Amino acid sequence: MRLPLAWLSEYVHPGGDPWELADALSATGTEVAGVDRFGIKAEGFEHLVVGKVLTAEQHPDADRLKVCTVDVGEAEPAQIVCGAPNVAAGQTVAVARPGTVMPDGMKLKKAKLRGVESQGMIVSERELGLGDDHSGIMVLPDDAASPGTFVAELFEISTDVLELELTPNRPDCLGIYGMAREVHASNGSPLTPPPWTGVELPPVGELDGITIDVQVPELCPRFTALVYDDVTIGPSPHWLKARLAACGQRSINNVVDITNYVMLLTGQPLHAFDLDRVAGGTLVVRTANAGEQITTLDDEVRTLDEQMVVIDDADGPTSIAGVMGGARSEVADTTTRVLMEVATWIGPNINRTSWKLALRTEASGRFEKGLAPEQTLEAQAVAHQLMLELTGATVRPALIDIGGPGPDPAVIRLRSARVEGLLGTSIPAERQEAILRSLEFGVTPAEDGLDVTVPAFRRLDVTREADLVEEVARIDGVDNLPATLPARRGAAGRLSPMQRLRRRAEDALVGRGLRGIMGWSFTNAGVFDRLRLPADDPRRQAVALANPMSEDHALLRTNLVASLLDVAAHNVARGARDLRLFERGAVYFADPDDKLADEHDQLGVLLTGRAAPPTWNDGAPATADVFAAKGVLEALATRLRVDLSVRHAEQPFLHPGRCGEIVLNGTDVVGWLGEIHPLVAQAWEIDQTVAAFELDLGAVLAVAVEHALVEEYEDVTSFPAVRQDLAVVIDSAVPAADVVAAARKAGGALLADAGVFDIYEGEQVGEGKRSLALHLEFRAPDRTLTDEDADGARAKIVAALTEQLGAVQRG
Amino acid sequence: MAVTDRITEIQAEAEQAIAAAGSTAELEELRVRFLGRKAELPNLLRGVADLPPAERGAVGKAANMARQALEGLIAQREEALAGAELDAQLERDRVDITLPGTPAQPVGSLHVLHQTWRELEDVFLGLGFTVMDGPEVETVHYNFDALNHDPQHPARAWTDTFYVADDVVLRTHTSPMQVRAMEAHPPPLYVVIPGRVYRRDHDATHLPQFHQVEGLAVDEDITLADLKGTLLSFARTVFGDERQIRLRPHFFPFTEPSVEIDVSCSNCKGGSMKDGSRCPVCKGTTWLEILGAGMVDPNVLRAVGADAYDPDKVQGFAFGMGIERIAMLKHGIPDLRLYIENDVRFLEQFG
Ligand SMILES: [Zn+2]
Repeated sequence: MRLPLAWLSEYVHPGGDPWELADALSATGTEVAGVDRFGIKAEGFEHLVVGKVLTAEQHPDADRLKVCTVDVGEAEPAQIVCGAPNVAAGQTVAVARPGTVMPDGMKLKKAKLRGVESQGMIVSERELGLGDDHSGIMVLPDDAASPGTFVAELFEISTDVLELELTPNRPDCLGIYGMAREVHASNGSPLTPPPWTGVELPPVGELDGITIDVQVPELCPRFTALVYDDVTIGPSPHWLKARLAACGQRSINNVVDITNYVMLLTGQPLHAFDLDRVAGGTLVVRTANAGEQITTLDDEVRTLDEQMVVIDDADGPTSIAGVMGGARSEVADTTTRVLMEVATWIGPNINRTSWKLALRTEASGRFEKGLAPEQTLEAQAVAHQLMLELTGATVRPALIDIGGPGPDPAVIRLRSARVEGLLGTSIPAERQEAILRSLEFGVTPAEDGLDVTVPAFRRLDVTREADLVEEVARIDGVDNLPATLPARRGAAGRLSPMQRLRRRAEDALVGRGLRGIMGWSFTNAGVFDRLRLPADDPRRQAVALANPMSEDHALLRTNLVASLLDVAAHNVARGARDLRLFERGAVYFADPDDKLADEHDQLGVLLTGRAAPPTWNDGAPATADVFAAKGVLEALATRLRVDLSVRHAEQPFLHPGRCGEIVLNGTDVVGWLGEIHPLVAQAWEIDQTVAAFELDLGAVLAVAVEHALVEEYEDVTSFPAVRQDLAVVIDSAVPAADVVAAARKAGGALLADAGVFDIYEGEQVGEGKRSLALHLEFRAPDRTLTDEDADGARAKIVAALTEQLGAVQRG
Repeated sequence: MAVTDRITEIQAEAEQAIAAAGSTAELEELRVRFLGRKAELPNLLRGVADLPPAERGAVGKAANMARQALEGLIAQREEALAGAELDAQLERDRVDITLPGTPAQPVGSLHVLHQTWRELEDVFLGLGFTVMDGPEVETVHYNFDALNHDPQHPARAWTDTFYVADDVVLRTHTSPMQVRAMEAHPPPLYVVIPGRVYRRDHDATHLPQFHQVEGLAVDEDITLADLKGTLLSFARTVFGDERQIRLRPHFFPFTEPSVEIDVSCSNCKGGSMKDGSRCPVCKGTTWLEILGAGMVDPNVLRAVGADAYDPDKVQGFAFGMGIERIAMLKHGIPDLRLYIENDVRFLEQFG
């Protein structure tokens, strides 16, 4: 909301520096986004003066220019060249003398126009920012002021404007006078009585020929109307135009301007009907019929539903209540009779209507936050005064008032102990009372604090003791609070074992040279297609958004590999072809038994290109393949102290010969590992080998947490190990892991470690066979092993491999 | 020719050859040729016994002397040659030490948001908080209703919030975990909840997915002053010991009183840069908005529905901050989109 300080100062002194006021308001809860300048600049404003045109003669060398002499209150009249068609001797005008800085920033200087000196400029409304009228100069009333008077004294043509960002709980601040109250509470400047004070309205009653029927009082707690005859539609006076313009409102005509002006001042929207265009003189407030249509003021046809409220006349809906008037009954140049409607609408319903129609107006923005029924008569009073003053209207003798004021004000006990208990500092009772009174709360002393009466305009916002504590705290200054720390009885800050392990997993990958990424949670079905997932793949059971922002982001992801491929593709396209990436984050599955998603903490790794750049002494470092990915997986397993093995298993998006499933503790499948299928890589426009794995980190950590953090000492240094190698020839089809597993089993307690370190295939071992070289490490916890001990164990291993797997010892 | 003459001859020949030897390898050949098993001189020595007794002494002595002399010469020559050879080898080993080293291992890092996430966790761990996480797909109950949002609160709009069903949303903040945390644990409760959140906003200053850290402290006597002290500690730990914070009253449905908290700008002095221009970070205001906070609204405590969280018995504070914003301020990151692009040239700059 725009708050012009010149207008504000009619009710409260805003202080000297607008930025100081902005800070004071920010400190008490009204955020100020900025300070804007409306109209001519403060510097040189005294050069914009009232002038009286004495003569206006044709310019000797220009058809369209006139050379005027203008009395500007000085000893000698000023000579001013003017191009406006309407300039004439005898007019009272506004003259911008040299030194004036116009709204557009131009600083006026003496000038020569076609050889004739001009000591300033006679200005138009548009040049002053008052309106769009550029047809000629602005002509002031004859009796406006004597020549030489500063125009800024006549109307607010030069003012600072605060740009406010109001919180939704303060609809009372959506009017200039409401903000005057805040400024008063904030800086202590005296507040003048409200502008509706002392205005006498006609007594409540009925009017002949006018019928108002509020059929939905639960949505329209108050409906008031005054009826005016003899209205003359015309332009508004300059002071009114200036105030509207400073608030960013365009001037339309005097009656419409009055409704806007009063809304800006009081926060209460009004609507002026042309009574002659209200069919039957009847207004009915009712909910709309589903599908009912109305053409609003902006010439749009709106389709309504049955929760929206309309105002009907005998010909049907003429207005969408609280949101926008209808085109049919709007005030026009020919209007002579006006029905001024000021009503209260229930906020949530207006809010809903405004959403549903995607139609936000100054009125709906105020009503939706909840206005007090009392505000209707305040607005009627100010508007009444202006109608009589500016349109020559006469008012009919009764005020129609259906519904009446809101409920009696609430009285809330504010305990001194509670104030201190919540804030952590004490505020003296007198100070509390002064603050609350400055905000127009009623205050009477009570035994343990204050009994506080809430003013109508704060009725919805302040309902509890905590709300009053906030009022006291914000005006006293929350920034003055001491900075203390909680006592924290018994609370200790620590990560849970799972959280520690999760960090360990991430750190293991960072330690292996991987970069963490954070991708989109959003995905789409096309991504599943690109991953070649079959129709019944569980990874297609994605959570779908009812209102996605785009089709690309219509689902939640069920895997990380797509996100990793997206990031890889982005980087490869930019020339970064050597990538080691990981992502840890949630994947989401639609859960038929739960309205919430089945969310998994997932970990994905992607490697492509070289692990290190080529150097002067290694021109062709190895590029990532499935075993590079497996190496990372093994490092992870080691750090988490879990058993993660890989056995062959296919995935639609993996190379069928270079893929596997990740198995936890030999039993549970927790993920996959492999090289991305070339066609899938191609779909992401990656033309090189990509290796990856993905696993359910939550499931792995749930097992790891059982023992990974309990690291108990084992004596492995007192007695040396015996190391031997063993080579066997065996069918190529037997997985190496099976050979190692059989060896481990046969080796018994003495076999501390075993693994494959070399493979040979070729003529020496024969077709369909291969030679596997195993390293064996034997150790006993209580003695140094002899070669005989080791040989015995080794013999058992050889026997087992021969018996179980048909292996033959080599050499 | 007398045997002794032959010895002299051999010695002379050997001496000449040793002096001419150009390498230790050549010298080794000479040792074999003149002093090896099959060489003449040792054989002469071995044959001394077969000589007539009168010659034995002279020949034996001469041969022995010659052998010793040659051994000495060889050793002497070897030392000289070996030193030169090592020098030559070392010279050949010389490298251009300015060439780059062999990269031992590729270097990894956490995503900058992840680093900031952890840093924030660590700050609050140090202040006695524990860490929780919770679902991103959340009920309207926890996301809005239990947090005292009006049924028509604008944040509920389908234009603002992602819906999965009428009563299920992608959480729009980490705040739903306030009530979940209280349901799970009795007071005293000191907890932070980092996590991913979603709003239907996608422009230069908003991404539809971003990250927050929620904080919640509930105990018998937590005060707004405690909130200030806690967040002052946070601000100084994250942004530096010189930082100040400023509390401004604000409005949130789920706290009362509510405040926004600014941290003093570290980029400028008094809002201006050295060249007199306006500070681009704080836009000349000297303050940076970093988070929203307040005292937990009694209605939120009531929403827990547990006697232990009766608003007459306990009170607390809550706060929420954006991880993206904290990281932007810490590192001077100008554009949110950098976070989601995951360009390695960007990622490599942090950690
Ligand atoms: Zn700054």
